[in-house]
Amino acid sequence: MRAAQVRRWLAPALVGVVALALWQALVVAADLKPYLLPSPTAIAEQLGQVRPLVWSATLATGANALVGLLVGAATAILAALLAARSRSVDLLLSPTAAAVSVMPIVALAPALNTMFGTTSSTPRRLVVAVVVFAPVFVTTLRGLRQVQPVHRDLLRAYAATPRQAARTVTLPGAVPYVFSGLRVASATAVVAAVVAEYFGGLQNGLGSRITAAASNSAYARAWAFVLGAILLGLTFYVVTLALERAVTRRHGG
Amino acid sequence: MSTPATAIDARGVGKVFASRTGTVTALEDVDLTVAAGEFVSLIGPSGCGKSTLLRLVADLDEPTSGELLVFGKAPRAAREAGDYGIAFQQAGLLPWRTVQANVELPLELHGVGRRARALRAADLLALVGLAEFADAFPHQLSGGMQQRVAIARALAEQPSLLLMDEPFGALDEMTRERMQTELVRISASSGAAVLFVTHSIPEAVFLSDRVVVMSPRPGRISGIVDVDLPGTADRSDGLREDAAFFAAVTAVREVLHGAPAPVAARGVDVR
Repeated sequence: MRAAQVRRWLAPALVGVVALALWQALVVAADLKPYLLPSPTAIAEQLGQVRPLVWSATLATGANALVGLLVGAATAILAALLAARSRSVDLLLSPTAAAVSVMPIVALAPALNTMFGTTSSTPRRLVVAVVVFAPVFVTTLRGLRQVQPVHRDLLRAYAATPRQAARTVTLPGAVPYVFSGLRVASATAVVAAVVAEYFGGLQNGLGSRITAAASNSAYARAWAFVLGAILLGLTFYVVTLALERAVTRRHGG
Repeated sequence: MSTPATAIDARGVGKVFASRTGTVTALEDVDLTVAAGEFVSLIGPSGCGKSTLLRLVADLDEPTSGELLVFGKAPRAAREAGDYGIAFQQAGLLPWRTVQANVELPLELHGVGRRARALRAADLLALVGLAEFADAFPHQLSGGMQQRVAIARALAEQPSLLLMDEPFGALDEMTRERMQTELVRISASSGAAVLFVTHSIPEAVFLSDRVVVMSPRPGRISGIVDVDLPGTADRSDGLREDAAFFAAVTAVREVLHGAPAPVAARGVDVR
């Protein structure tokens, strides 16, 4: 058990170290210019210098991603509940969800910036909410419809009211589906939050810092902020994954 | 609660399913009465309508012809009055509920208070030998244990009729025989009538007062065998090696395969 755990972590860690070493060797040997590819040591050095800035930018972007994720997921779950309940609401909402899911955030972000002004975090949070909506809506709706025939028979045999059926079977049964939707949505939430910052507005987030550093030819510093974005995305993913695991373990998954 | 002497009364019951390729006659002209407290098995090959008949009694489907009464009422009224408990081939436990909460489900749906539910669930779990698993989740239990929880759930409201659709079908032979012995004991002590669907001849004979043999296309009753064995309350594993048991198994098999009933078979009523 213990040895297996070590082996599980060791292999990817080893791959990472080897990749970093090769990267460093490539940059030094080929004498690559920093605007092409800065070396890992240069990025680490920059990270050391601007660490407080990376931290605050990560927090700002993280807050946007989190608020957007919560708002988008709550809206999606509510919409899925309505759609599962009524056929006409479903006919109305499912195509809307499909349309929302293909909406390009690069087009949306500048429009929302103009709408809400450039000193507001609201446009970014809305972008995240829009991106989160579709995957959570689709998986939640699927979960709400996935009632096993034997459970349906059981509810009918015991003359359960629709409200009782929802409380005892439909809603708890949908929970694992909601979480698998959230897991997908959490990673894209961070991506959306970072990308939304590329289009002007407040200069406090990772996206703004990356564009600013790049336009000042501080390429290694830009990469230091990219590292912050990677860690932020991982954190979101791991937390939702842990929540999902905890829930499905209870469900016997 | 006083119950009529007849648990199930079916007269000329038929069920036709409409499908894309036309209609399928699942059941045709079924006449059957099950007395209160009687254990009756339905046996037959796949497609003989035995599960369909059980679902009609449970009001999970509606007959397309004939008359069907459960305790003198329409099946729907009987269902809504909670007259029967039901168990299926799949245990059908809710995986997010503990064993105890699963057993309590019918009581909870019918507004029984928390304390009364807990007391009843404790009794039932003791009855099926799972008292120490009250707080476990279904996935922590073996298939046989899950099925026992499902039976406890079916018994929760002390129904006067138990409907069981191949509840032991997915179990291995050893677990199956142990469950049969337990069911004989449980059903005798509860005094409930049982309608039990199976496709195992020894299982049907071991459990039942009467075995109803059905044949497919269209589903109909081809014969009813009275099992001439000790009362179901007194049956134990020893009976499985008794000559009378084998005689009854043979009688059922012959009706099932349409062979002429031999002189030796007792109490065979071939229609």
